[in-house]
Amino acid sequence: MSRSVKATVTLLLGLLIAYGSNKESMAQTYGLGSPTNEKEIAPWNIDVGPDGVGLPAGQGTSQTGEPVFLDKCAACHGVFGEGVGRFRALIGEKSSLTSDRPVKTVGSYWPYATTLWDYINRAMPFGNAQSLSADEVYAMTAYILAMNDIITEDEVMNAETLPKVKMPNRDGFVFATGPDIKVDACMKNCVDKVTITSRATGNNGAPANTEQDR
Amino acid sequence: MSKLDQRTELARLKRRGFLRNSLLSVAALTAGRTGSAEAASGVLQIPDWSKQLGSGVGTEPYGKPSIFEKNVIRRFLPLLLPTREASISFCPLQDLHGIITPNGLFFERHHAGTPKIDPDVHLLVIHGMVNKPLKFTVNDLMRFPSISRIYFLECAGNGALEQRGTSNNALQFTHGLLSCAEWTGVPLRLLLNEAGVRKGAKWLLSEGADAAALARSFPLDKALDDAMIAYAQNGERLRPEQGYPLRLILPGWEGVANVKWLRRLEVGDRPWETREETSTYTDLLPTGKARQFTFIQEAKSVITSPSPEHPMPGKGYFVINGLAWSGEGKVKRVDVSFDGGRNWQQARIKGPVLNKALTRFEIDWQWNGQQALLQSRVIDETGYVQPSYKQLRKVRGMYSMYHNNAIQTWMVHSSGEVENVQIS
Repeated sequence: MSRSVKATVTLLLGLLIAYGSNKESMAQTYGLGSPTNEKEIAPWNIDVGPDGVGLPAGQGTSQTGEPVFLDKCAACHGVFGEGVGRFRALIGEKSSLTSDRPVKTVGSYWPYATTLWDYINRAMPFGNAQSLSADEVYAMTAYILAMNDIITEDEVMNAETLPKVKMPNRDGFVFATGPDIKVDACMKNCVDKVTITSRATGNNGAPANTEQDR
Repeated sequence: MSKLDQRTELARLKRRGFLRNSLLSVAALTAGRTGSAEAASGVLQIPDWSKQLGSGVGTEPYGKPSIFEKNVIRRFLPLLLPTREASISFCPLQDLHGIITPNGLFFERHHAGTPKIDPDVHLLVIHGMVNKPLKFTVNDLMRFPSISRIYFLECAGNGALEQRGTSNNALQFTHGLLSCAEWTGVPLRLLLNEAGVRKGAKWLLSEGADAAALARSFPLDKALDDAMIAYAQNGERLRPEQGYPLRLILPGWEGVANVKWLRRLEVGDRPWETREETSTYTDLLPTGKARQFTFIQEAKSVITSPSPEHPMPGKGYFVINGLAWSGEGKVKRVDVSFDGGRNWQQARIKGPVLNKALTRFEIDWQWNGQQALLQSRVIDETGYVQPSYKQLRKVRGMYSMYHNNAIQTWMVHSSGEVENVQIS
């Protein structure tokens, strides 16, 4: 065996050993943490997927949802889902998305009805999260969908029907794949004329001098 | 001038709106002293603090900044969002130095307030498409081999107020949803290895223990790459506002994906389409379609000195200082323009230059008192070039709101004042 071949073989062998030991360290387990199971974690396992996986038993309609909505939601979201102050509106038209006043609501923007169930269940009412029964969440979901004319007032929402609801903006999203803006780094005489289009002085949309105590 | 007099003088100047910063105030007062007592006697004065004992050790068991730095604080815009529990506070970038953000000044974004979590009760559950569902106490996680890494965190909405035109005349509000810390914790891949990820798994759901139970999906590739479960920040345990006791860190990715108060990771084969990845944190385009899972905070930079908060101190030499960062990796180059982007000069990159961390740059300037339009533009190691507003809006229109990484323009007036402007 020539010296160079020997060197190559030694190098390859070394790399193999290095790779092997590296793989081993990757595969090492530490035996830390304790086993758990789906039953134990059920109270925390609250997510609902777009396919409906995770939706519990129960049901509701817009009609059963109305009194609950008026009692627990309308103070912030408005009696008609129009939004109060800076709290979000729940109703809106998809056509607004290309206007100069886009409104991103359940009706205009949300791609999946299951997301509505998931979000109400995990985070609403604001300040009293995870307090609603499954029936109440179904009813509230139905009420908001009906307000947006996506379902009728007597349509029953449950684990089977909710994932089948086709939202108006279901096809409105594209997965981001890499940077969307590609420009060059020009160094000299890059623009002919510089025009100031917007100035902040005297245009403090929100007060800039708000100070809080440390 | 006694300490009390100094403070009274500071308060008077601030009340009258002459000074918005204590550093400048101190400088002004020092100048004032030199102008009076010293001019009178012609020699330097010996101040009280050189004669009397200072406070003893342990006076502040957890130390605080000098009382003269009282103006260096997080600020929020009361009218921006409906309640303080679902709101944001901005980091005072105009007063920070180097690349590390002090923990008390790190920007905040909460969806249901900061919970008070008992670390002895808190658990992290890993389940779903794994061979062995596991729960970890915080102490369990601290027994694993740990890593410490410096990464920036930027809210996807940083700059959102600026997308349709200038809003506030303050660096703190144009760019302050940005901070950088050294995070210590466990690589997520070690924990996933412990649970054994099943074949076919592609996504994870991360969920917080706050009253928003904030939930976000992210790809398994990121989990096995550089994701970590952090329990410490800049040498101490995480601050409550930053997720105490556990936070998911997805380096270079939008802030919201770095779920705070982390209680659960579920392994699955598709995203969950949660509210925070559909209704919000998606980028609406002029076509009416929206980009979804825009995880990466693309390269961005801003001049931090001068700024609207800290005008030019006078003619002559001035070193322009700024920050650059990229969610794709390291900063490679930063250019500065003095004429609104007509011509550019390369700035000096000041080390350290770290992967997905804030990076400092500077450039010399002999200011002759003339009006100038200052800009900075970063190029990262992938070759990505930070766009101008014109270039950004050409692709994204006026309403994409999130991930605004356009070039900032500061107009330096001949008075030395600095104004937030946009140009075309």
